[in-house]
Amino acid sequence: MGKISRRTMLGATGGLIAGGLLKTRADALAAEEGVARLQTTQADPTKVLGAPTSVLGQRAPGEQPRRQMGTPATTASSRTPIEQLQGIITPADLHFERHHAGVPAIDPDRYELLIHGMVDRPMTFTLDDLKRFPAESRLCFVECSGNGGAAYNRNAARERAPWQIDGLLSTSEWTGVLLSTLLREVRVDRGASWLLAEGGDAAVMSRSIPLEKALDDAMIAYGQNGEAIRPAQGYPARLLLPGWEGNAQVKWIRRLEISDRPSMTREETSKYTDPLADGTARQFSFVMDAKSIITFPAFPNVLPERGWWEITGLAWSGRGRITRVEVSTDGGRTWAPAQLQEPVLSKCTTRFRHIWNWDGGEALLMSRAIDETGYVQPDLETQIAARGAGSSYHYNTIRPWRVEADGRVFFAQGEGA
Amino acid sequence: MNRRLLGPAPQWLKRGRLAHIGLLAATTLVSYGCGPNAPNSQSGAAVSGAAVLARPEWPSSFAIGHDATPAQIAALDIDFGPDGAGAPPGSGSVAEGKVVYDTKCVGCHGLTGQEGPNDRLVGREPRDGFPFGESRGIRKTIGNYWPYATTIFDYVTRAMPMTSPGSLTPDEVYAVAAYILFLNEIIPEDAVMNAETLPAVVMPARDRFVPDDRVGGPEVR
Repeated sequence: MGKISRRTMLGATGGLIAGGLLKTRADALAAEEGVARLQTTQADPTKVLGAPTSVLGQRAPGEQPRRQMGTPATTASSRTPIEQLQGIITPADLHFERHHAGVPAIDPDRYELLIHGMVDRPMTFTLDDLKRFPAESRLCFVECSGNGGAAYNRNAARERAPWQIDGLLSTSEWTGVLLSTLLREVRVDRGASWLLAEGGDAAVMSRSIPLEKALDDAMIAYGQNGEAIRPAQGYPARLLLPGWEGNAQVKWIRRLEISDRPSMTREETSKYTDPLADGTARQFSFVMDAKSIITFPAFPNVLPERGWWEITGLAWSGRGRITRVEVSTDGGRTWAPAQLQEPVLSKCTTRFRHIWNWDGGEALLMSRAIDETGYVQPDLETQIAARGAGSSYHYNTIRPWRVEADGRVFFAQGEGA
Repeated sequence: MNRRLLGPAPQWLKRGRLAHIGLLAATTLVSYGCGPNAPNSQSGAAVSGAAVLARPEWPSSFAIGHDATPAQIAALDIDFGPDGAGAPPGSGSVAEGKVVYDTKCVGCHGLTGQEGPNDRLVGREPRDGFPFGESRGIRKTIGNYWPYATTIFDYVTRAMPMTSPGSLTPDEVYAVAAYILFLNEIIPEDAVMNAETLPAVVMPARDRFVPDDRVGGPEVR
């Protein structure tokens, strides 16, 4: 690993000077020296003084995961490289993005959340107000309703990596105030049953949410993995609805109007509704069904030799805990229970592992998740029979991977698996 | 806008059929969480997490936050739902809407609303049935898929044009809604859209939407 260029180093420290973190040019030069040492690997690190401390950590030079933008790149979404991550937490800078009119620049000192409508006392809350209330932290996934679309296809392309299938999925520790705590303050009228959640982005994106969810586990979140929510995830505050589709978890939340009926916004009528083969479309289909995906081995991995390999991946359900994940290496003829890595949390991703002795022959790998309601992740044909081949959103079918005799791995949905 | 119950909502959303989706929870909140004499008696209240509305040591109010003034509410309260409650005054004709469309919408949605490159707004095919669940590739438009005409106003007011969101006057939004509905052969060329006429438009796909019947458990739906 060679040294990085001086321009890159200057770029890195120049930002720190501009941010007021480094006081002098001498400080900056010392920091550059530290950055340079971190960016250089030594043949024998025990014979060279190591890098000094630094005000902001950085990844190892050879470990530079990036959000995947797709081809052509869009400004509306980017995906988490789930196959490059360990455990269940998504680093905040790798959390997937789905924006409807870009990322707004909101001044936290001017931020207010308005709650009004069918309440006794319409109120506004500043960010400091929100942080004064009793707080909660919880780990849960956020997933775009359209995640997995690449797998809901009898002719799916073979060259599909996990991020292309399920990269609109991320898991964080979220901190905030339960929405029920705020609703105690405004005192909701009898007869109220819905609320309109509205964001402060350039789409003023809005969704109608049943009050039942608001009183269950909904949160106004301002923290993500120990720090302030990132702008792309809703800074300074967002609605968090554990287990529900991402679009309903309105980012940059600025207004909640308590009501007795849904508002029928664009996103809950023309989008995020699930057409069915019987000539109807499911509306307000919020909950994400149980899913799993093997993230290793997967395209574009190549297994270099036969022998012991750990099959691993993620399982999750919007209805509660994952109770079991089963893995098949023979195309679904036989299934074995995978090891579930603790913690196994409700409405959160669960890491699963299954040790496998590859004999060097062709293999068809599958995983299926079972959640605490007894729901079993279905195969593609079962799901198509239930919904229709043209149905949209909530694509939770089994994701199969073909291991060829030369060790190459391909997405196998298009094989009729 | 404060919602009233009567209006063109589908039957399954009307009062009396909502218990499965929220009424029960609302009653629970009023009974246990909100009243000045809230009993704070929920068992397991020391456990942090879901469905605990209040812990025993909590006061009935934390007295954090501020009363919202009518002006603050009015400044943000822009939603326009199917019942038309609180729809802004103003009106627009099909002809006026064509001027707005040709000036501000055509670049992203095409000369006749069918060309894109962004969302296709116009198109009634297939006129028979609602085959979107059967196969992919059938283009969803306002004319063949959107259940409520009010959603056009609500969305355009918020988010359009993309490069200048929130810049259209209510008259312009009523007008462009009229033009789009006319192009979709839903209203006649001499129609005028306003707070009364827009909610009264019955969209072709109005009765196609059904509640989510997925409940977990062994059945795949």
